[in-house]
Amino acid sequence: MAYFAQQLINGLVLGSIYGLIAIGYTMVYGIVGMINFAHGDIFMIGGFIALISFLVLVSLGLTAIPVILLIVLLVSMAITALYGWTIERIAYRPLRHSFRLAPMLSAIGMSFVLTNFSQVSQGARVKPVPPIITGGYTLHEGAQGFAVQLSNVQIMVVLATIVVLALFTWLVSRTRLGRDMRACEQDQTMAALLGVDVDRTISMTFVIGAALAAVAGMMYLLYYGLVDFFMGFVAGIKAFTAAVLGGIGSLPGAMLGGLAIGLIETFWSAYFSVEYKDVAAFSILIVVLIFMPTGLLGRPEVEKV
Amino acid sequence: MSATSARPSPAAQPSGSAFILKKALISALVALVLFSLMIGIRTEAGPQGGLIYWTRFGDLAALVGTVFGGSIIVELLRQWWGPVDKDSIVPKPVQSAISFAGRWLAPALLVFAFLVPVIFYNQRYILDLSILVLTYVMLGWGLNVVVGLAGLLDLGYVAFYAVGAYSYALLATNFGLSFWVCLPLAGILAAFWGVLLGFPVLRLRGDYLAIVTLAFGEIIRLVIINWQSLTGGPNGVSGIPRPTMFGIPLTPGDDGLAAKLGIEFSPTHRLVFLFYLILAMALLTNWVTIRLRRLPIGRAWEALREDEVACRALGINTTTTKLTAFATGAMFGGFAGAFFATRQGFISPESFTFQESALVLAIVVLGGMGSQLGVALAALTMIGGFELFRGLDQYRMLVFGIAMVLLMIWRPRGLIGHRAPTVYLERNQAISSDLVKEGHG
Repeated sequence: MAYFAQQLINGLVLGSIYGLIAIGYTMVYGIVGMINFAHGDIFMIGGFIALISFLVLVSLGLTAIPVILLIVLLVSMAITALYGWTIERIAYRPLRHSFRLAPMLSAIGMSFVLTNFSQVSQGARVKPVPPIITGGYTLHEGAQGFAVQLSNVQIMVVLATIVVLALFTWLVSRTRLGRDMRACEQDQTMAALLGVDVDRTISMTFVIGAALAAVAGMMYLLYYGLVDFFMGFVAGIKAFTAAVLGGIGSLPGAMLGGLAIGLIETFWSAYFSVEYKDVAAFSILIVVLIFMPTGLLGRPEVEKV
Repeated sequence: MSATSARPSPAAQPSGSAFILKKALISALVALVLFSLMIGIRTEAGPQGGLIYWTRFGDLAALVGTVFGGSIIVELLRQWWGPVDKDSIVPKPVQSAISFAGRWLAPALLVFAFLVPVIFYNQRYILDLSILVLTYVMLGWGLNVVVGLAGLLDLGYVAFYAVGAYSYALLATNFGLSFWVCLPLAGILAAFWGVLLGFPVLRLRGDYLAIVTLAFGEIIRLVIINWQSLTGGPNGVSGIPRPTMFGIPLTPGDDGLAAKLGIEFSPTHRLVFLFYLILAMALLTNWVTIRLRRLPIGRAWEALREDEVACRALGINTTTTKLTAFATGAMFGGFAGAFFATRQGFISPESFTFQESALVLAIVVLGGMGSQLGVALAALTMIGGFELFRGLDQYRMLVFGIAMVLLMIWRPRGLIGHRAPTVYLERNQAISSDLVKEGHG
């Protein structure tokens, strides 16, 4: 039971990270109707920028960890958001009214560009960081000496996810920008006729998605203590799996799907085999789509002729 | 045609040096922020395990300067060129000349392909490269059945390639079966996996399908990596037998082909044989595809691509139609995989990554989705271009990615930019191709 509780905690933490990335996918899909294949690599870039800015801040002589973390968070969110904006501007906007496959291929190309850009600029080796946030709590002392641990990093990841999600929900449901985004999602032409700046709204969607991915990247860095140039691909596919699982286009669905994928992966590696954890996650995706083609919370697509 | 009205028309855009400078400055500023940390600071794991870093502000300045200059040049070119219009750039006589050349291009290419081993007999590198190009032509034509004809977006095509390669490798190394026995088996097994994948995805549409095929490709790769007792895991399978010419091995021994024909043995014989083998296999793929397009099943594929709802209304069984498309495409992928295994003599999961799938898909899309000649030309361009940049080593994939993005922006519908329908009205309707949008799904 203690083992189960421990895995539950681990799974929820991993799921939070996947959920944050998945929101970026689902938002872009909801508005533009394309799979932003480069989104996983945006997450990777976010991790790298967090790492580099952390390094610079420490060597500048800052010692207060909370201050450093806050600055790192803001810097990586800002720069990664600019990456999102630039990519949309260069690779997706010219293709917005093109045929369906074109933006997708452009996105795959952009994903290669980002992966190899960071490989060329930062080297191919894994970049480890020493644990920044240490300590934690022992929740339960098991009979066989197995203790359920809840580390401070895990608390921070989950708390940060909740805060970011609350902010994001407020943004989508209460602000002008959120209203514009929902309007564009429903009908771009009509939204444009009613005075919504569609181009700007779509740009902002990419910016927000990238900022959320940057948060996820930084959490990944803190939690696992390493980044490398290839981590965006697998994380990206899994986050997309999470978005599809939750019902693509649905924001709570993305978070739910992220948690589900995180839990499935953790429990599978805990009880069955570590090697096949990704196979398990992808198989679940296929099984879910067979029985619920629109995902867990997705609305069925009404087909009009 | 949504939201185009919200954008200012190109003619209304301001011009003049102040505008250009402003735009270039903004680009340079964006580049500065983007690259400030990624280029300006280089991190590396230090000798004691910690991280060290050093600055590269010179590189950063050079890159930002390049963006500034490049932005000015691009903007100047754009204003000088005016709004892009194909008819104004390419004059009418040149257009007709191109279409005339287009008619003779395919036969000319075919004749050239047959003559390649004769012309380049002594250049091993070119022979190797042309075998590689032909492998991708075959993969492209195979995927074309799924993506170009049936309109089903498949991001995991490399899985069938892997199934074919491993089928041959394992059957040949474990049971000693010959290449010619294994080739159909590899195709059948790959087709079987295609049907297996086809079943769950039947009800899915568009992008859901893309992600499931991608997941399927990853599953196959992960299983190959982890099922060590069967596949050798990351170490792969080595010692895969070379193909024989219908039982006659291409070896220097007494029973080899060279000895039988009474000519001197040369290792090039095997290359030439492999070349004609893959050429024949690719042409078979092409021929089967062209024939299938004229059969009811091919017509059903194309109808499915255009409009699935209409298909169902007309009584076409979409289930079997999709399954046959998947199975046919997968079968050709399996053939190509078996060939790949016998050519390399060694296979490992490294050869079957998502990048391969993306490359083949890029070939099909650049080739114009459904155009056989386009796919062949795109394969030639892509693989040839890839080889040109071999010296750049780690920059190669970067260049490939940039090229993919630029090509998509420049020609979103591919190099040969139209899908020729098999059935059409005698008199063309006055609808330009850019008004015809992809049907949903």
